[in-house]
Amino acid sequence: MSTLDLDPIACRAHGLCADLLPEAIDLDEWGYPLLRGGDLPAHLLPAARRAAAACPALALRLTA
Amino acid sequence: MKLLTNGPLTPLAVPDRVTLVNEVLASGLRGRGGGGFPTGRKLQAVIGRKRIVVANGCEGEPDSHKDHVLLSRSPHLVFDGIQVARHAIDATEAVLCVHEGSPLLPGLRQAAAPRGVRIVEVPRRYVASEESALVSFLGGGAAKPTVSPPRPTARGMLVDNVETLAHLAIVARIGAAAFRAGETTLVTTPSGVHEVPVTTRLADLVAGPVLAGGYGGVWLSAARTDDLTVAEAPGVAVFRSPRECGVRDTASILAYLAAESARQCGPCMFGLPAIAADFAELANGGRQALDRLRRRLPVVTGRGACAHPDGAVRMAASALDVFADDVTAHATGAGCTSTTRRTA
Repeated sequence: MSTLDLDPIACRAHGLCADLLPEAIDLDEWGYPLLRGGDLPAHLLPAARRAAAACPALALRLTA
Repeated sequence: MKLLTNGPLTPLAVPDRVTLVNEVLASGLRGRGGGGFPTGRKLQAVIGRKRIVVANGCEGEPDSHKDHVLLSRSPHLVFDGIQVARHAIDATEAVLCVHEGSPLLPGLRQAAAPRGVRIVEVPRRYVASEESALVSFLGGGAAKPTVSPPRPTARGMLVDNVETLAHLAIVARIGAAAFRAGETTLVTTPSGVHEVPVTTRLADLVAGPVLAGGYGGVWLSAARTDDLTVAEAPGVAVFRSPRECGVRDTASILAYLAAESARQCGPCMFGLPAIAADFAELANGGRQALDRLRRRLPVVTGRGACAHPDGAVRMAASALDVFADDVTAHATGAGCTSTTRRTA
């Protein structure tokens, strides 16, 4: 039961998360992430961890 | 017992903490700052070693004047409420927040000092008096909203609107049953500030269409004001009639809301100016602006640290609904229907 959590104040629209996890993260017209929401399917968890680790602003978190 | 009637000041006999909180729960008293959260539950939620009562008298909503009237006519009731709240949560400190430069300041300072309440001046910005922004400012940070959790109550801080605290003082005096029987609320209408029973129908106060709940509230059609009571209206109890036409009014309100963004979260910082520009273009005759609005509104809402962009989107969406005829007229460049029914 893992979900992605975004800190909207920390987020600076770097966009790495959408690059690494396009199955669950889109970008709006201003470059800010649109999270699909809900539980992540198991096969996406490794990419989700990479996306959270890659965020330069530490804005993305994977909560168990 | 009414808020705005000045009567003799009777000694405040407050029951023990547990009885008091139970009375507040039983009273059904809800916050008057716009959130409408049950006050008793908020009292119960305060935890932490150091507890502080924060009375919010800033009234950042431009059309709302009820807190100003309350603080100017019955400040003693607000201070009583602060005292009751202090007792209810066993707080060591109490603070009353008003905007910088408020004309009420000299009088409030005089009343606050002997009561051990500290007056704090808050920057004159729309979002500065949002609950978490106040907490941030009081802690030495900027007067800008923060991400939640943790809620202020989890950090030992009870933030209540000054009118809520005034009602709290009344509950402490007369008990839950008597309070419920005669519960009133302060409303700001185009004709000024009024104290009315909570069961009052909106239609008896204002003629629709009307913007209810402040700039981040909801436009209500005339038919809808027939349906709702004051207690059922969303947000802060303020009701505004359109100045020119609902479309132009909405455009100018959105411009204000966009300018007042704390600019911390992308969807608000960029989304609000975008939808404000779209609405302005719509008002000047733009079909494409309407399409862009319909696409953008769902994207801007629910993605920030606070409800500022959510309110703006809610207000704009309700305008598209309530003023549908005017919207079509503006979008097709056919001229606004309100030019033919402009009131004197």
